[in-house]
Amino acid sequence: MLDWGGRRISAIGAVLVNALMRAGFAARFLLAILLNSGTAFRRFGLTIREIYFTGVLSLIIILVSGLFVGMVLGLQGYDTLQRFGASEALGVLVSLSLVRELGPVVGGLLFASRAGSAITAEIGLMKATEQLSAMEMMAVNPIARVVGPRFWAGVISMPLLAAMFSAMGVLGGYVVGVLLIGVDSGSFWSQMQASVDFANDIMNGVIKSIVFGIAVSLIAVFEGYDADPTAEGVSGATTRTVVTSSLAILGLDFILTAFMFRGL
Amino acid sequence: MGCFKIVVLAQRLPTLFSFRTVSSDPLVEIDNVTFAYDQRTILNGINLSIPKGKVVAIMGGSGCGKTTLLRLIGGQVRPSKGAVRVAGQVVNELKQDELYALRRKMGMLFQFGALFTDMSVFDNVAFQMREHTDLPESMIRDLVLMKLHAVGLRGAAHLLPSELSGGMARRVALARAIALDPMLMMYDEPFAGLDPISLGVIGQLIRRLNDALGATSIVVTHDVMESLAIVDYVYFVSAGSIVAEGTPEQIRASEMPFVHQFVKGEPDGPVPFHYPAPDYRDALVGGRNA
Repeated sequence: MLDWGGRRISAIGAVLVNALMRAGFAARFLLAILLNSGTAFRRFGLTIREIYFTGVLSLIIILVSGLFVGMVLGLQGYDTLQRFGASEALGVLVSLSLVRELGPVVGGLLFASRAGSAITAEIGLMKATEQLSAMEMMAVNPIARVVGPRFWAGVISMPLLAAMFSAMGVLGGYVVGVLLIGVDSGSFWSQMQASVDFANDIMNGVIKSIVFGIAVSLIAVFEGYDADPTAEGVSGATTRTVVTSSLAILGLDFILTAFMFRGL
Repeated sequence: MGCFKIVVLAQRLPTLFSFRTVSSDPLVEIDNVTFAYDQRTILNGINLSIPKGKVVAIMGGSGCGKTTLLRLIGGQVRPSKGAVRVAGQVVNELKQDELYALRRKMGMLFQFGALFTDMSVFDNVAFQMREHTDLPESMIRDLVLMKLHAVGLRGAAHLLPSELSGGMARRVALARAIALDPMLMMYDEPFAGLDPISLGVIGQLIRRLNDALGATSIVVTHDVMESLAIVDYVYFVSAGSIVAEGTPEQIRASEMPFVHQFVKGEPDGPVPFHYPAPDYRDALVGGRNA
């Protein structure tokens, strides 16, 4: 019994130590990226190319998801608000939900599964096929040439995608609330304009999406760079990117929300 | 003026292939090097020397530490003990910028080419030129076409790596490796998985490019016949140590059991056919009783 318990404690300890070690490696990796970020900005074309792959190619899923989330918010919000005779506040509900929470969070989750997994798989496969080693042997630092542009492309793309998600969501809420259900268009827009604060609502949403962009991009490039150079290794790393990024987004969202909106 | 030089060099390429630069000065020296992954010793007190201008083969069975030797010379891993010297510099003591400066004078052909899959053949060969030089694009174009012409693939410049056969990919990787005219070329299993024609082509290219560029080449391989035909000297590695060395003629005539088994491709000998296991009869009978 004692033996069994000891083994369990030992196994849990090993998992925790391993997680801590990986967090330490990831922190050092982030430092290395920051120190080698010159290339990503000096040769901005490299970063632009990655923005296309991570940002532009994620647009479809972001815009369609944003539209549907906004439409669902319109339906659910109207159903609740009309019980209290406050259906005119539908615009406020939709927009605040989107810019404060759903835009950055759902946008971040979609970004992690669409772009984060692609970044991890690409870097992992480059490692497995010795392309990163070849680059090193050609005296080209792969962290500067491969990782840096992808990391910064993710950081730049994420807030833009979250903003577009929110914009499409508001449009979806408008379509359902105003065009289909018949909420007054003037009330929808004017209450939204009066209630959504640029500094407290929009900027906090932007800050969240930047933080999520940093987290997802770091996890994606780290998992790819650290992947075992085998088919199983790359597949495992890709899965870890999606799982870890999703958990990181949700955890960070709670922490950021607690700091940002505690006084409201 | 620059273009004129390129044209003259291009015209000279066929004749350049006919002379050899041979010197007895060592370009690479491996001095009592030990290397271990965790607790597992891969190389144990290895000493070897690669003279300038020569093509030297490092042979041995799979997993004997041949590729690790190349990685040590390229500074991708550091030895647990001993020193690796290239052109007089101790590789394992260099800082990153010094190491990168040294690597600009090295070329490496990876086992499966390691071409950048998102770039065309042309861009793969141009990669180092664009990264390390300020040459105008017109001159890079001329240089890339010269390199591709040297490996017979000028016509494949526009193709993607996914459109190449294994032998073609290896030749493109070779053109990329010689892009900046390195003083040291390293080949990691250049013959692995090639058909007989590609195998012969790659073998001849290794020899001819080495002589034309006045470079020094290290070929890590277990392809005996093809490499003995093109190299000047051979080292045999087994269980992390150098067990034999000599010229191709000496190796062919060697009566040493390991070399004999390797050169003749015999299934059993000093390198046993069977992985260590308990007695066969005991295993069968014991298994049945259990």
